[in-house]
Amino acid sequence: MRPSPGRKLAINRLRQRRGLDKAAIDRFLARRDAPIVEGLRCTFLWRGEADEVRVRHRVVGLPDPLQLRRVGDTDLWYVAIELPENSRVEYQFELVLAGETISFVNDPLNPRVAHSPMGSSSVCYGSGYRVPDWTQPDPEARPGELVDMPIRSLALRRTTTVTVYLPARFRRTVSYPLLIVHDGGDYLRYAAAKTVLDNLIHRLDMAEVVAAFIRPGNRLVEYANSAAHARFVAAELVPALEAELPLAGTARSRCLMGSSFGGIASMSTAVRYPEMFGSLLLESTSFVFTDIGDDHGGGPAFDPVVTFVNRYRARPTRLADRIFMSCGVYEPLSVGNRSMVSTLQSAGMELRYVEARDGHNWENWRDRLQEGLSWIFPGPQKFVYE
Amino acid sequence: MNVTLLGPQRFRLSARTAIRNLPVDGPVAAINAGWQEREADDGELGDVLDGRMVNLQLFHRWEDALAADPEYAEASRHHNQVLDDQQSLYTLRLRHAVDAANEIWRRDDSIPLVGEALGNAIEEIRAIDRWHLDTVDRIEADFESTYHPHERLRVVEHRGEVAGLLGSAVALAITGGHVGVILKCLQLFVGPLPPTMPVVAWSAGAMALGEQIVLFNDNAVDGSRHAEVYRRGVGLFRHVVPLPHARRRLHLHDAVRVAGFARRFGGDCCLVLDDGAVVKLTEEGRCPPGAPVLTHEGVVATWEAA
Repeated sequence: MRPSPGRKLAINRLRQRRGLDKAAIDRFLARRDAPIVEGLRCTFLWRGEADEVRVRHRVVGLPDPLQLRRVGDTDLWYVAIELPENSRVEYQFELVLAGETISFVNDPLNPRVAHSPMGSSSVCYGSGYRVPDWTQPDPEARPGELVDMPIRSLALRRTTTVTVYLPARFRRTVSYPLLIVHDGGDYLRYAAAKTVLDNLIHRLDMAEVVAAFIRPGNRLVEYANSAAHARFVAAELVPALEAELPLAGTARSRCLMGSSFGGIASMSTAVRYPEMFGSLLLESTSFVFTDIGDDHGGGPAFDPVVTFVNRYRARPTRLADRIFMSCGVYEPLSVGNRSMVSTLQSAGMELRYVEARDGHNWENWRDRLQEGLSWIFPGPQKFVYE
Repeated sequence: MNVTLLGPQRFRLSARTAIRNLPVDGPVAAINAGWQEREADDGELGDVLDGRMVNLQLFHRWEDALAADPEYAEASRHHNQVLDDQQSLYTLRLRHAVDAANEIWRRDDSIPLVGEALGNAIEEIRAIDRWHLDTVDRIEADFESTYHPHERLRVVEHRGEVAGLLGSAVALAITGGHVGVILKCLQLFVGPLPPTMPVVAWSAGAMALGEQIVLFNDNAVDGSRHAEVYRRGVGLFRHVVPLPHARRRLHLHDAVRVAGFARRFGGDCCLVLDDGAVVKLTEEGRCPPGAPVLTHEGVVATWEAA
């Protein structure tokens, strides 16, 4: 809802009313979605007894926490912030009640929830944001198939299960490109990856591909520039898949994809095997580095990442023909990602970088897949004129 | 020559009237290979063609020719890979050339030499287009001299059957769909058309019949923002670049893009084929006066060529 110029926010109109009672607040809330988005302003609301109420979020540029104020002497709390168009913000409440702090509370007034391996959180859609229709199941899109494939890895010293996506109308007479997805289980569960593949292929936005969804063991080790992980992907996984499935088997037909640490895992694998992968799809990659000193602010888990990124920045090498990169502008990693654009381009690679008003989360990564996958594996759309 | 080009048929059907207006009566050969796996699903098309359709089933024939000849199938797959690689290299060169031309175009044209730089930049784009087509010609020639696709046994059989069907038809209709598939099927199975045979073609079917096939989609989600020359077409008509779905696929409000598109193809008629369009080419296979075209000034106007 966009307020007319000069019109006060709904919460301020409520505050100005005299004799606010429970029934008036009930009516106020019943008539509105929460948070209330009015043009570029967003009002978070909490109702209930508390000593303090805060909004917790990870939006760079906004104070964290955002302290809510009580409306008069009622049990309604609010805070209004600026929220640019097309924003999408995940948040939770933190309450202080009788000296006790209660954290990670989803917004009971807001049914929109996003999920991740860390649990769920409430989501606020800024003005103009729409969940892309290609992320939702389309009855007209023929579904591909997911097949689990156990692979015994000497490099990782464990057996790992790879979930393989076979596109609808999969034929053994066709040579398919191969997409390898780090954190594959999470991409399938939290970023609707199968639905996205089904829909983008159905709409001719991307080519038919075989996708391998891989899962880490100890993620912070395997995905943080691990030689064992790279060997698993390049020397075990790819040959196993190419022996089993009708894959094109060329560098240009192979893509490594990942988000956050998975982006580092993709890139560090490509650094070790530079002739093997034609393209990379990197989302909110953990490009943490130092230009001087060693205070990178990421904690010990990031030490190997910082070493890797610093080394690469000192001597950029060509890893692939094409790299698609995305990042949310509300996440701290946007600075590092922007900085890496020119570094990667300087090594002679074709690079496309996109940003969104979103954070470090799975739905951001889901929403960027159309741009990324259709650029890496263009579909036949440009040939079709019905 | 009797060639009628139509806009897309999905929302405004003009093919039935175009077929009825032909000065001939009898079977109409149909090519809907662009529909690929849906080729056999042609009930509605038969109705549009006034119940006179003889489907040439070219996509089915292509699949059959590949299935019957594994050596040829494998060679074709590799050949397509080489062509894809060439298309990729071409688009890489093209993107930078078109971006440069557009940037020059937006400069203040009162600055000396801007006009000259722009003309030179457009000539550079044309040179890249020519290089691409010449390279594709060479790749195709190598393939043909090595594998002789027109002499493969199953292809010869199909060519004979198609020639027979075409010989008994009084007109030819070509639908839209995948323009690359239509072109491939036309080249493989259909010889030169009788010059007097009326042809009605729409969307991708119209594109395949020109001298060169130009792919375009300003809204492409894959980020391919510039029109690409794809292949030489059948060459049934000359100096016409059919642009089906122009209003959906081109940013016609962007005068710089439109003018850049029109200038790139020089004196050719960039023919707008939107819903409901019916354009009967001249007997020489040229764009008729009054047809909607993109102009060098960056707008859609009527064609006024001599």
